[in-house]
Amino acid sequence: MTSPQSVIEVRDLTFSYGTAPVLEDVNLRVEAGEFLGIVGPNAGGKSTLLKLILGLLEPQSGHITVLGYEPRAATRRLGYVPQYPSFSREFPITVEQAVLLGRIGRWSPAGRLGVWAPIRVGKADRQVVRRVLEEVEAADLARRQVGSLSGGQLQRVLLARALASEPAVMILDEPTANIDLRLESDIFDLLKRLNARMTILVVSHDVGFISGYVARVACLNRTLVCHRTDAVDGRVIRALYGGQVRMVAHRH
Amino acid sequence: MSEFFAALSEHTFLQTALVAGLLASIGCGLMGTYVVVKRIAFLAGGIAHSVLGGMGAALYFGFDPLIGALAAAVIAALLIGWVRLRWQAREDTLIGALWAIGMAVGILFIAKTLGYGTDLMSYLFGNILLVPAESLWFMGSLDVLLLVVVGAYRYQFLAVAFDEEHARLRDIPVTFFYLLLLVLVAVTVVLLIQVVGLILVLALLTLPAAVAGHYVHSLGAMMLLATLLGAAVSTLGLAVSYGPDLPAGPTIVLLAGSLYVVSVLSMRALARHRARLSVIAAGTRSKTG
Repeated sequence: MTSPQSVIEVRDLTFSYGTAPVLEDVNLRVEAGEFLGIVGPNAGGKSTLLKLILGLLEPQSGHITVLGYEPRAATRRLGYVPQYPSFSREFPITVEQAVLLGRIGRWSPAGRLGVWAPIRVGKADRQVVRRVLEEVEAADLARRQVGSLSGGQLQRVLLARALASEPAVMILDEPTANIDLRLESDIFDLLKRLNARMTILVVSHDVGFISGYVARVACLNRTLVCHRTDAVDGRVIRALYGGQVRMVAHRH
Repeated sequence: MSEFFAALSEHTFLQTALVAGLLASIGCGLMGTYVVVKRIAFLAGGIAHSVLGGMGAALYFGFDPLIGALAAAVIAALLIGWVRLRWQAREDTLIGALWAIGMAVGILFIAKTLGYGTDLMSYLFGNILLVPAESLWFMGSLDVLLLVVVGAYRYQFLAVAFDEEHARLRDIPVTFFYLLLLVLVAVTVVLLIQVVGLILVLALLTLPAAVAGHYVHSLGAMMLLATLLGAAVSTLGLAVSYGPDLPAGPTIVLLAGSLYVVSVLSMRALARHRARLSVIAAGTRSKTG
């Protein structure tokens, strides 16, 4: 067990898909109510770390606890926004229905049998769906087919689906990679508001941009290069990317 | 056609055939929808064809071939599902192998079973006119099973069909429900074999649902429309084939296929027409504005 304030604790984590480890000796603690950014170059292991925290992958060595449990046991209390939607855009489903699926797992099991029981959707669930769609400013999309949405609209809907589970922690993988700049700041403003009631963990390759929003960054390139509370400066970025990187301040 | 309806009141075998077609359409509407939206037609094809192995073995050992078909279909579904979940990289080759092995086993058994040589054609291409009346009860109970399971687990199936990763994160036992879905597809294959035979099963499983998907945009509506379309083509196919004494199975499949082609072409023409209209509208706007 970890201390009650620690939401995610990663200890001595090493993970490999094949011959070379993608993550090596990673140690990370995320406190309740934090807004943590994980930055780093492509193929630096950011998405893999998220998948390990979510319990989608099993670490070969090291330990992860999420909300005091093994990742698999805590999964349903996490909201996850993937970088790429893992569904076909042609699937016949409305935004409302897709977000409603985020509610699954709220019906907590009476013992292990819960997951085998048929799912019943009630009025309260539909109210939550309406509320989260309003929260991400996508209420007008409720009746639209998921396949007809633009990239930015889809991102909001994925966010709403994650929120529908009323998670304790939101985990987002490059939430703004496929959308334009104005929407990007919209989404980060929204995350900032959400941070008032939940812990947020966001992965991004855009160091300069997220440093304006997050309280703390962890820089990941196979292992944690830096792990600090103060603002990211040029020296840190050079250490992380190994070269001269132009840093653009995006203060709005 | 009119001959058919006149004969329908006289001959019980025609009534039985008609009811068999209608019962089969329920399965094809329900499970065909999942096969189409989840894009597992190839898996369904593998299940359908390996069924011959079970039918052949059942004949050889003296069981009811339908029971053999059901057992083989369920085993094939579990095997293919397991292959798909474990060996994603090579799944098409492995499913292709199971497909062929199942058929080869079936043909060997049938060849060694005395007196059943002529029936091979009716397993491969179906003969709705030879459906025995007792089979209707069997088909009906399979339909009830499908309706109950799909009704009870519709949210789990929707979640697994739509987004497996998300379903896993919501703590749904994805492997279990994926395999259950394939087993239900296998049950449907057995339902449909009586009507169109195992070679043509895939057409009846996918075409009505694919056509329905052109016009409605939810799983429930697709299931309903696909069932109605399946009922329409099987009834019409039976009626059209009766006069000139054509085999009913291929006639039904041809009707379903034509319906699909016409629907695809008209949807495409409609989309092009809409695009042209919007360009013209933009042109007039820029002139007046």
